[in-house]
Amino acid sequence: MDYHSPASFAEASALAANATGITRFLAGGTDVLVQLRSELVTPDTLIDIKKIEGVSDITKNADGSWTIGVAATGAEMSEHPELGGDWPGVVEAMDLIGSTQVQGRATLTGNLCNGSPAADSVPAMAAAGVTVTVTGPEGTREVAVEEIPTGPGKTSLSKGELVSAVHIPARGEDGGDAYLRFIPRTEMDIAVVGVGVNLRLDGDTVTEARVSLGAVAPTVLLVEDCAKAIIGSTLDDAALDALAAAASAACNPIDDKRGTIAFRTEVAGVLAKRAAKIAYARAKGEQA
Amino acid sequence: MALDDRKSEFTFVGTRPNRPDGLDKVTGRAKFGADMSAPGMLHGAILRSPHAHARIVKIDTSKAEAHKDVKAVVTRADFADVPFKPGLEGEFWNVLENVMAGEKALYDGHAVAAVAATSALAARDALKLIEVEYEVLPHVTDVDKAMASDAPVIREGAADYSVPEGMHPNVVRYHESGHGDVEAGFAEADLVIEDSFVTEATHQGYIEPHACLGMLGNDGKGELWCTTQGHWIAQKTCAALLGIETSQLRVTASEIGGGFGGKTTVFIEPVALALSRKANRPVKLVMTRSEVFRATGPTSSASMDIKIGMKKDGTISAAQGVFRLQGGAFPGAPGDMTAMCAFAPYNLTNVKQVGYDVMANRPKQAAYRAPGAPMGAFAVESVIDELCKKLDLDPVDVRLKNAAYEGTKASYGPRYERIGLVETLEAAKAHPHYSAPLKPGQGRGISCGFWFNHGGETSVSLSLSEDGSAQLMVGTPDIGGSRASMALMAAEVLGIPYENIRVTIADTATLGYNDVSHGSRVTYASGLATIKAANHAVEKLCERAAASWGIPTDAVKWENGCAVPSGPNAGDFDPRPLADITAHMGSTGGPISGHFEATPEGAGVSFGTHIVDAEVDPETGKTAITRYTVVQDAGKAIHPTYVEGQYQGGAAQGIGWALNEEYIYGEDGRLQNSIFLDYRIPVASDLPMIDTVIVEVPNPGHPFGVRGVGETGIVPPLAAIANAVSHAAGVRMRQLPMSPPRILAALKDNG
Repeated sequence: MDYHSPASFAEASALAANATGITRFLAGGTDVLVQLRSELVTPDTLIDIKKIEGVSDITKNADGSWTIGVAATGAEMSEHPELGGDWPGVVEAMDLIGSTQVQGRATLTGNLCNGSPAADSVPAMAAAGVTVTVTGPEGTREVAVEEIPTGPGKTSLSKGELVSAVHIPARGEDGGDAYLRFIPRTEMDIAVVGVGVNLRLDGDTVTEARVSLGAVAPTVLLVEDCAKAIIGSTLDDAALDALAAAASAACNPIDDKRGTIAFRTEVAGVLAKRAAKIAYARAKGEQA
Repeated sequence: MALDDRKSEFTFVGTRPNRPDGLDKVTGRAKFGADMSAPGMLHGAILRSPHAHARIVKIDTSKAEAHKDVKAVVTRADFADVPFKPGLEGEFWNVLENVMAGEKALYDGHAVAAVAATSALAARDALKLIEVEYEVLPHVTDVDKAMASDAPVIREGAADYSVPEGMHPNVVRYHESGHGDVEAGFAEADLVIEDSFVTEATHQGYIEPHACLGMLGNDGKGELWCTTQGHWIAQKTCAALLGIETSQLRVTASEIGGGFGGKTTVFIEPVALALSRKANRPVKLVMTRSEVFRATGPTSSASMDIKIGMKKDGTISAAQGVFRLQGGAFPGAPGDMTAMCAFAPYNLTNVKQVGYDVMANRPKQAAYRAPGAPMGAFAVESVIDELCKKLDLDPVDVRLKNAAYEGTKASYGPRYERIGLVETLEAAKAHPHYSAPLKPGQGRGISCGFWFNHGGETSVSLSLSEDGSAQLMVGTPDIGGSRASMALMAAEVLGIPYENIRVTIADTATLGYNDVSHGSRVTYASGLATIKAANHAVEKLCERAAASWGIPTDAVKWENGCAVPSGPNAGDFDPRPLADITAHMGSTGGPISGHFEATPEGAGVSFGTHIVDAEVDPETGKTAITRYTVVQDAGKAIHPTYVEGQYQGGAAQGIGWALNEEYIYGEDGRLQNSIFLDYRIPVASDLPMIDTVIVEVPNPGHPFGVRGVGETGIVPPLAAIANAVSHAAGVRMRQLPMSPPRILAALKDNG
């Protein structure tokens, strides 16, 4: 196994482009090292990107948007004085992953690029309209989060490409987001269903909405019918029922050790309603 | 029975000092199974079957043997040829067959070969060089399917004499017991409920994986360090499996990171010794968590049919149960225990119980706290709860009305001596929890539970030092704070402070045979032996004092740590403290020690009653346990904190078993969830503070009245939680675990 710790993303990209066999990028390592230890994936090339300058930074830009470094950890996001005020759903989703120890290592980028359909932060990011910068041999490109995973353990990144930054839009006025997941326990588990909701209000009326589902299909889903169900409403019971129906209808889950098709389909609707109510309350400036 | 001869006033017993091993454990100084190393040590690794059932056509180890870092490879051929005998008689054969597969791999994870190499990584990589040709066979993992006529046969001829003719060869033992006439009893009932229940296998979930360091020379002399609940059984079994003399293998028990019954047998220990014998070097073997799940003993899974008749006043007129337990690809599933415990809390005129021990393509079941009892209690206490509901009766009152007491003929045969079930029910009824209001969406469940408890072969030695301190050697690994309890009991007899007594778990070369730490026997049996060994030393102390005073020994008594004249007629001498006598022991007759060994028979059965509140989310089926109270008879709590710990631990493990823990097998017969991420034991935030009430109805069979407390605490939770959840959800739950998908599906079915 070859281990590299490049000083720039361009160098990291070049190393990956020229590597043979299995290549993995190492940030927090909470998936890569576990897979290595359990012999699921034994990389030939391991490229540690933590030594690249600025990768742990969390920056609020002049326009109110945020740039999150690829090695910024869940703990750093949770402890940031302002990020959680703008995007509580994204921060809470990240904070749900793993234990306190894992929070000290785990990153948004790693959670995204691991390609798990059950990744907690990904529906929250998709709902928030997060994009990532991808650096590759041909230069850089901006990609929406929901375009990165293509199936369990698979991404749209091609050989030599890696995510080099995460961009969260400016929160703006009268907006709120929320993420809820279902697990059978209270901690230390993988989402059986995850739902991210992000919306904006004009008075009491929803004017913009993005609803994203996790763990109910091979990839994260950004469900337009869910958004349509609540846009123009005051999130009354009829709108919530329509939202739940649209969420359930969008599900394409599997039966496995973590849950059944029927359960995931039903609970996706339940959580969509609950998450929407929290996002709505937050948009109104209420505690939720 | 009068208890006048029993000590009831205590100085040290009943206090709560820190455990002697506590500091070592919190500072990392304690040495567990994987913490021992030796010069020249090799690392072992085990190749395991990926198939649930397969004939092993050929194993080619030549490439692994040729690897430069590999020093030994073993297969079944490297073990002693223990002959196969049917049923339980063949337990050595069963263990050998489990430790290393013979003609067939019998479950996913069954060991088929092992290597020892110069590093753990090299050993792991070398496994990939071993080529095994399998002929995959049909498999079965479900207990009911394993009994069906078309089920694949795990092994012909494994059934013992007890199995009725015409049963499938996978049914290997049969139990039937009871008394009275159940049909007549059902005819007398105002309401009869008949229902069926199933439970999935669960793992003990000890945090420390199996680990050992073995050394065995070609001269047949060896040493073994391992994490175990019983090093003498490890010694005996390893010696048999390797064809060496028992006494030539010295076994030392490490500190143990949990066992709960699962470390009462051997898995990797004979393999490490076989590798060591071949390589002529010490070999360390440490299981991964996945190996622990796939290849060490979970509980049995169970399928049960219950029929109970009740009169309008709550009297149970008849009770009958059929209990089918699947215990993996070997005899041993405790269908008999399940049957005998299921109705044991009740004073029944008419009762009948039948138990089946069934084999399937799963790992060999191992003991797990009161093996077999929790499943039976789940089924029986669910039906009693349903009867109470339908007849509009209070569930505690109904249990009080039917509760067994001293003299009751137990459902499994004998008459009870003094027992404390009624006292636990009365304490439960009086507890504020039982009358506390419930919120909407919450339900309350109660259940009783029973366990036999056990005595077992026991040997204890105590020796005094010149400075008046004492060393106590016991042979039962400390799985629940027993060193503290032993020191308290010795302190009570000797009259010296707790801190002045050091308790050691002696190795197999330094003490007589001791049975495993199981059957809730340690505080009872090793405790009894400790008291008697201390009394033995006290006799000698009194002899020395008598000699120094020139009076007969029977004119001296032991009081508050001193020899004193037994009365005014004995003479007027100043008390001689223990340290004063030991200071001169070298010149007054030599070292002073005490010893006791026996197989005590008065363990004293144990009962508990649990109260549980559960809240079910009707939209997701998720359950939260909001309040939990354990009431259990301890006989006499030697160290109340560790008694409470046992109660809370039983409840915590029961919550896991009831709600989320289960072995999940795929269509291919392979275990799907062999990591803690997907095998869902409760995390701390899943548990409420578990309240405890220690009831003390002294056990006539122990000098201080002790009853074992380790196992009974896991018997009531499954039923109590199922009753609480069923009330909260408004639908009877008949299958464990009550995972959210199962509860949501039940809610949907219920409209």
